[in-house]
Amino acid sequence: MADNKNVRYLNPIAIDTKSERYCRFREKGFKYIDYKDPDFLLMLINEQGKILPRRLTGTSLKYQRRVGKAIKKARHIALLPYLADQLR
Amino acid sequence: MTRNRYETVFIITPVLSDEQTKDVIKKYKDLLKDKGAKITHEENWGMRKLAYPIQKKSTGFYYLMEFEADASVILPFETEFRRDERVIRFLTTRMDKFHIEYAEGRRDRETDRREKPKQTAAGTETKA
Repeated sequence: MADNKNVRYLNPIAIDTKSERYCRFREKGFKYIDYKDPDFLLMLINEQGKILPRRLTGTSLKYQRRVGKAIKKARHIALLPYLADQLR
Repeated sequence: MTRNRYETVFIITPVLSDEQTKDVIKKYKDLLKDKGAKITHEENWGMRKLAYPIQKKSTGFYYLMEFEADASVILPFETEFRRDERVIRFLTTRMDKFHIEYAEGRRDRETDRREKPKQTAAGTETKA
C-alpha cells in the first residue's frame, strides 16, 4: 500500500479556493423583500423558474425564507411563472 | 377589533370593457369603505402579460390597493372576490412594519416617477 507521502493527485485538490460567500440581503440591509417586482426576484430563480438554493446564492436562512415566500406570492399572482424554459 | 394594514393585488379578466373594469374596482372600493376601512394607496398597473395563462387568458388587468381595516373585514371581502367571476386572481397580505416602511418608500419613488411627463397611453399608467 503506497504510503501517503508520495501519492500525487492528478489535479490539485481545491481546499481554500471556495470564495467567502456573503448574504447580499444582510450586507445591503434589506428589511423587506417585495413580491411585487418580478425583475428583482428574477435574479433569485434559475432558468426553469425554480428558486435558487442558498448554497449558490449564499443568502442567510432568515432572508432565504423571505425570498421563498415572496417568490411563491409572485407566482400566485402570475408575475413569475411556476415553470419556464430559458427564462433569462 | 385589531386594526391592521393590508395590501391587496387582484387581476381582472381582460375581456371586460374599460367601463366594466372601472366599476369592478369601484365595487371593491365601496365595499371596503362601508366596512369602515381606510384606503391609503392605490395603484393601477393596467393590462399586463401574465406569466402563465389563467382561465385560458394570457393578459390581465392588475390593480393594487393598500388599506387599513379591522381584521373582521377581510373574510367577507375575500369571499366577495371568490364569488365575483370577473376577478380571476387576488392576493391579500397583512403588512408588517417592514412592509409598511417599504410601501411608503415605494410610494415616493412611484410619485416622482409619475411626475415625469407621461408618454405612455393616457388611460393605463404602466408601473415600470
